[in-house]
Amino acid sequence: MTDIDLKAMLYGAEHDVARDAGYPDAPPRMGFFTDTSICIGCKACEVACKEWNHVPEDGINFTGMSYDNSVSLGADTWRHVKFIEQPKSLGNNFAGLQRAPVDLGMPTLTRPGDELEADQASEFRWLMASDVCKHCTHAACLDVCPTGALFRTEFGTVVVQQDVCNGCGYCVPACPYGVIDKREDDGRVWKCTLCYDRLGEGQEPACAKACPTESIQFGPLDELRERAAKRVEQLHESGVTDARLYGESPDDGVGGDGAFFLLLDEPEVYGLPPDPVVTTRDLPSMWKHAAAAAATLLAGIALCFGGRRS
Amino acid sequence: MGVKTFLEGWPVYRQLTGTDPLGRGAAAKSKVSDNLTSRNTEADRVVKSVCPYCAVGCGQNVYVKDDKVIQIEGDPDSPISRGRLCPKGSASLQLTTGEARGHQALYRRPYGTEWEPIDLGTAMDMVAERVLKTRAETFAWDTEDGQRVRRTLGIAHLGGATLDNEENYLIKKLLTALGVVQVENQARICHSSTVAALGTSFGRGGGTTYMQDLQNSDCIVIEGSNFAEAHPVGFQWVMEAKARGAKVIHVDPRFSRTSALADIFVPIRAGTDIVWLGALIHYVLENEKYFHDYVVNYTNAATLVSEDFRDTEDLDGVFSGLDRDKHVYDTDSWQYSGVEATAASGSRDSQYDARTGKGKSVADAGRAESHGHGGPGPSQTPHTDETLQHPRTVFQVLKRHYSRYTAEMVEQVCGVPREQFERVAELITDNSNRDRTTAFAYAVGWTQHTVGVQYIRTASILQLLLGNIGRPGGGILALRGHASIQGSSDIPTLFDLLPGYIPMPHAHLDETLRSFIEADSADKGYWANLDKYLISLLKAWWGANATAENDYAFDYLPRLTGSHSTYETVQLQIEGECKGYFLMGENPAVGSANTKMQRLGMANLEWLVVRDFSLIESATWWKDGPEIESGELRTDEIGTEVFFFPAASHTEKSGSFTNTNRLLQWRHAAVEPTGDARSDLWFMYHLGKRIRDRLAGSTDERDRPVLDLTWDYPTAGSQDEPVGEAVLAEINGWDAEGNHLSSYEELKADGTTSCGCWIYCGVYKDGVNQAARRKPGKEQSWVSPEWAWAWPANRRTLYSRASADPDGNPWSPRKALVWWDADAQKWTGHDTPDFPPTKAPSYRPGPDAKGVDAISGIDPFILQSDGKGWLYTPVGLVDGPMPTHYEPQESPFENLLYKQQSNPVRKAVESRHNRYAPPGNEPGSQVYPYVVTTYRVTEHFTAGGMTRWLPYLAELQPAMFVEVSPELAAERKLQNAGWATIVTARGVIEARVLVTDRMSPLTVGGRTMHQIGMPYHWGPNGLTTGDAFNELSSISLDPNVSIQEVKALAADIRPGRRPRGAARLRYVEGFQRRAGVTASTGQEA
Repeated sequence: MTDIDLKAMLYGAEHDVARDAGYPDAPPRMGFFTDTSICIGCKACEVACKEWNHVPEDGINFTGMSYDNSVSLGADTWRHVKFIEQPKSLGNNFAGLQRAPVDLGMPTLTRPGDELEADQASEFRWLMASDVCKHCTHAACLDVCPTGALFRTEFGTVVVQQDVCNGCGYCVPACPYGVIDKREDDGRVWKCTLCYDRLGEGQEPACAKACPTESIQFGPLDELRERAAKRVEQLHESGVTDARLYGESPDDGVGGDGAFFLLLDEPEVYGLPPDPVVTTRDLPSMWKHAAAAAATLLAGIALCFGGRRS
Repeated sequence: MGVKTFLEGWPVYRQLTGTDPLGRGAAAKSKVSDNLTSRNTEADRVVKSVCPYCAVGCGQNVYVKDDKVIQIEGDPDSPISRGRLCPKGSASLQLTTGEARGHQALYRRPYGTEWEPIDLGTAMDMVAERVLKTRAETFAWDTEDGQRVRRTLGIAHLGGATLDNEENYLIKKLLTALGVVQVENQARICHSSTVAALGTSFGRGGGTTYMQDLQNSDCIVIEGSNFAEAHPVGFQWVMEAKARGAKVIHVDPRFSRTSALADIFVPIRAGTDIVWLGALIHYVLENEKYFHDYVVNYTNAATLVSEDFRDTEDLDGVFSGLDRDKHVYDTDSWQYSGVEATAASGSRDSQYDARTGKGKSVADAGRAESHGHGGPGPSQTPHTDETLQHPRTVFQVLKRHYSRYTAEMVEQVCGVPREQFERVAELITDNSNRDRTTAFAYAVGWTQHTVGVQYIRTASILQLLLGNIGRPGGGILALRGHASIQGSSDIPTLFDLLPGYIPMPHAHLDETLRSFIEADSADKGYWANLDKYLISLLKAWWGANATAENDYAFDYLPRLTGSHSTYETVQLQIEGECKGYFLMGENPAVGSANTKMQRLGMANLEWLVVRDFSLIESATWWKDGPEIESGELRTDEIGTEVFFFPAASHTEKSGSFTNTNRLLQWRHAAVEPTGDARSDLWFMYHLGKRIRDRLAGSTDERDRPVLDLTWDYPTAGSQDEPVGEAVLAEINGWDAEGNHLSSYEELKADGTTSCGCWIYCGVYKDGVNQAARRKPGKEQSWVSPEWAWAWPANRRTLYSRASADPDGNPWSPRKALVWWDADAQKWTGHDTPDFPPTKAPSYRPGPDAKGVDAISGIDPFILQSDGKGWLYTPVGLVDGPMPTHYEPQESPFENLLYKQQSNPVRKAVESRHNRYAPPGNEPGSQVYPYVVTTYRVTEHFTAGGMTRWLPYLAELQPAMFVEVSPELAAERKLQNAGWATIVTARGVIEARVLVTDRMSPLTVGGRTMHQIGMPYHWGPNGLTTGDAFNELSSISLDPNVSIQEVKALAADIRPGRRPRGAARLRYVEGFQRRAGVTASTGQEA
C-alpha cells in the first residue's frame, strides 16, 4: 500500500482509478465517448436505458423547449438528449433559412441593439447531445457517501448499490454536474451505472448498443480518447472549427470524465459546467486544517492541564 | 455463516486489510453487486426477430426466460441495422409486454354504451355469421348493364402494412374468394403513388436500391422525406456516406432532425417539388449535363412521340385529350409514333377495347399500380432517332416541356433563392457521371399529393438523365414506413391488385381468362409471361379445382367497376351500401384523411371488427369520439356492432416482413400470445374455417370460390396457430410433383405449377426458408446476399444491367456492380445481376421475337415492354405523360406556370364534410392564408396505436404540437408552449405551440408565406393525447392511385384553445362562410 498516492485519489492526476480502488487485476477503464456532431436526436439512448434498467417514466409534460421534453438527467432519466437551436453555422453546412434581419422581440443570443447581418440571419444549426453521468475520475458523490452505497467498480465506473443506499442524499449536492438524484417515491438515489451488470458479461451498455449513428461510443477510455482526438482534428479540417472535447482531460477538476463528449459549442450552451471541480477537492486540506486545529486545541488543553500538574 | 466469514465480509475489515485503502471500491462492493449478472445471460433462448415499426427492418434478438420475453435488443448480425435500434424499436419490449395491451376480446352491442367481455370463440362465430349474412344481402352477380362482377360491396377491409406477408396473403385470398373487393391497407394512403411512378418509369413498383447501398453514394438528396426521424436506423447509411465524403442535401418545408445533419438544407414551399425537380431537369438538359451514352441506350429518349400529342406548352397547362366535364384524359394521343395501340400499365384496362375488340374499358380504376409498365402493342416497333434531334423524340419533347421550369420559376413558386438552386444543381450534376453517383431518397412528402405519382416521376426522369439508376450509390430509395408495407403491396391487400402486381380484373362482357391476358399482358419483357404468373396464382388458390376446362377458376375472381379504394369505401359506408368492416392494424379514425368522414362511415355500419393491441380511436369513436363531444352523434343512437380482438405481437407469431429494401425477413415466434390475443394468421384461418363449415354442402354457385379454396394449412401449438412457413411455401409455389420452385422462370401456363406470388417465387427454394437466412453481415460483402431474401430472385439493386456500359463493362472501376464475363459467357458481379444471366450484350432480338426474347442485350429495364427507362410515359398514367406542376387542391397561391391551377383530373370528393378552401387568388382564399404540412417525429409511429400507449415514448413527445416560425408567432400572437387553434375548411383542432427558427417564412410570388408544421400521430386515446391532424385534412386524390393530398393544406391559425361541443362545428362554419366556401368550391377541373 505504500506505493499508493492517497492525495491523487482525491484530486489531480490519477492514472489507475480501478487499481487504486482495490482491483489489482482490473480490466481497462471503460467509458463513453459521446460524439454530438453525429447525434440525430432520436433518443434511442433514453429508451434503451430505461428498458434495460427498468427506469420509470419521468412525467408526460410538454415543455416547449425544442424537442426536449425530458428536461434533465435525474433519478428517472439516466440518458438525456439536449436540443439547442442556434442562429449560427455549423461551419461547413448551409442552412438556407431565409430570415429577415429584423428584431422580433424574441430572446436571442445577441445583445439588444445588435443587428444581425443578412448572412447570419440565414445561418442555423440544431445541436443535439446525449448527456449522461460522467463517471468522474474523482467522484465526489462516491467520496461523500457514508454508507458505501456508491462505489468504484473494476471498470473504473461509479455505481450506486441499491441494496446499500439508505437515501441520505449527501451525494446529490456533491455532484458537480447535478446528475445524481433521489427518486421521490423510493427515497434512494439513482443514476447511470454504465450498465455495470452488462459490462460484467462483456456486453456494451444499452444506450451505446442502440445508438443508430454511433454517436455514443463505448470502450476502453484510452482508445476512446485517441479516437476522439482524431475526430476533432477531422472536424476542424472539414471546417467545423467549433468542435472541442469536454471531460476528456485527466488534468481537469475531476481528473477527467469516464464519459466525455465532443461538443460544438461552449459547455454552458449544453448546460454543462465549464470548469467542473470535484467538490471534495479541498477535503484533504480541510482535514489538515481541522487536524491542525484539533492538535492545537489538544496541545492547549495539554498545556493547561499539564501546567497545572507541574 | 461463521464469525470469520462474517468478519471478512465486513467492508471496514476489507478496507483495512485489502487493496482498497479508502474503501470506495472493492471494499465497498456489496454481495449483490458481486453476484450481478446481465439478465440476457439468464435467458433460456434468444429468438431472431425483426422490429415491427418502420420499414427499415432492424434485426432484433428476443431474450426469453420461462416463456416470457425479458429483453429485446438489436441483432448485431443484421447487415441493415448492425445491432442498433431507434427509440421505438428500443421500446418494443414495452410494446409487447407492457400493460397497455388488451388480452380480452370485447363486444359492443348495437346502441350499447359500454364494452362487454366476450368469449373469443363466440365472437369468432358471430363475425363469421355477420360476414355470411351481409354477403348474402349485398351480393351482386352482374352490373346493371349485364357485366359479371360476382362480388359484394357490402364488406370492406383495411390494414395489412403492419402484418406479415403470410397474413396479407390469407386476407386477400379469403376475402377475394368471398367476393369482397374493397380490400385495402396503409399502402394506399402511403406509397401507392410509388408503385405507379416507379413502375411506369422502370418496370417495378419498388425502390430501385437498398439502404446499405447509400454508403456508395457521392451525393444524397433527401426530399419529401424526414429520413433521420422516420427511419433513424436506416439513416446510419447516410451518415456512413457522409463520413466517406458524400454531400447530403435535404429539401423540405421544415428544418427537421434530418436537416440538422445535412450539408445543405433547402426550405421549400410544400406542394411545389415538381417545379424544383423540373428545374433540375431543365438545368441538366440546358447545360448538357446528362449522361449521353446512358440516356441514348437505356432510356426511351430516342423514341418518337405521336404527331397527335399536344403538350402543356401548347395547351396552357393541360395535355391533349382532356375531357373537362368528365375530369378524364383520353390518353390515345400520348402514344409513341408508329404505334396504334398500347398495352398500358396502370391504366392498362383503358386499352381493353383496343386489345380485345370487346367490352367496355374503365378509365377511373386506380390501376396505375398494376404491373407498373407498359409498352408498344403487338409487333409494332416505335420510330426512333438516336441522334435525339427529331423534334418529336422524347428527348426534345422533354426539353420543350421543361423549358419554363427555370431557376427564376423556382424562386417565384418554391420560394427557393436562385443561388441555392444552382448550388444544389451543381452538386448533383458534379456527382453524376461514369465515376460518381447520386441517390435520391424520398417518402410520403412526395407521395401524398393530388399529383403524387408525378412527383416521383420527376425524380425518376432526373435520375435516368443523370444515369443514376441501376448503379451503386445511385437509384431512388422509396422509404416506406411500416414493417411490411412493401409486402402488403407485393402480396396486396389492395383492391386493384392480385399478388405480384397482377391487375385485378375489371368487369367486361364475356371476359375470359384468355381475353384478360390478351388485354393485360405485354408482348415484350417479363410481363409477356402474365399467363404463367396468373394461372399459377389461380392454382395456388383453388388447387385441383382450377382446371384448364374452367379457365383455372378465373371466373371466381370478383370484378372491379372503377376505383374501390378506401376513400370510395368510406363514401359507400356513409351512403349505407357498405355494412361490414374489418380493421386489422390500421387506425383510420386518426390516420386517414378526413377522420370525421371515417368515423361517420363507421357509425353507419352494421358491424365493425377491430384487431389491434389497444383500444385505438377506431375502436372507441362510438363512445368518446369528437362527434359524440360535438353532439353530432349519440352513443345510444349508433347501431354499429363492434368487436375488438386483441392482436398478437411480432414476438408472438412467426412470419415474414418485407422491408423497404424489398427484403423478406423471417421472424421466429418467441412465445405464444396470452389471453385472447391471436395472430392475424390465426384470425383469418379460423374465420375462413368457420365460414367454410357453415357453407359446407351449399350448392349455391356463389359459394363455390370459398368451398373450392385451398384452405388446409397445418396448425401447431396450444392455440392451433397456422404454420406460417406452410403459407410461405404456398406463396413460393410448387411444380406438378410437389417440389418447391426456385424461380419464377420455372412457372408455366399449363396448370402444372402453382405460385401464390410470382415475384416471391424462390423464397422457399429447395424447401428452405430463404427469408430466415441470417449469415452475419460482417461475414459478407456489403451486398450481404445471404442475409434473408429479396425479391426479385434475391437481387438487391434493380436494373443493375445499367451499371455496365452497352458492351457489358462497368462504366468505371469505382462504380462496378455487375458486368458481362465474356469467358464464362454470363453476367456476374457483386450482386445477383438483374438480367437474364446468359443474354450477351451483343444480343439483338429478331423482328418476331416475343416476351423475354424480345429484350435486347442492352435493355436494362427488363419488365418494360421496350426494355427502356421511361422519361416519357406514353401509357400507364392517367394524368399526363410528363410531370407538370399543378398547385395542390388547397393552395393560397395561383399557379404561376400555367393557367391551369390544379391537376385537372384529380379526384375531388363532394361532401358537406369535405369542403375545400377557395384556390389561388379566388375570393376567400386568404381566409385560410397559411400552408400546413404534416409529418412524423422519431418518437411516435403513424396514427399512434403502437406508441401513444407506451410510457417510454409518450414522455419523449408528450403532446400534439404545432411548429411555427417566430415571425408567424408574432403575426398571430402565438405563445411558445401555449395553445393554438388551427382551422381548415373541414375542421378545427388545437395543439401546443412550438415557436422555432426551424420554420422560416419564404418569399413566394413576391409575398411572404408562412408554413405550419404538425405531426399526425395524436388522437384522443392513450397515454399522450391530442387532437388528430387529420380532422383538418381533406379527401382529394391523385387520379392514378387514389392517394390523398395531406402534405399541403390551406389553414388559419389562432392563439388559444379551440371551442368545445357544438361550438366547434360553428367555428368551422364561420370560417367557411367568411371564405364563401360552397359545395362547388375547388371542384373545377
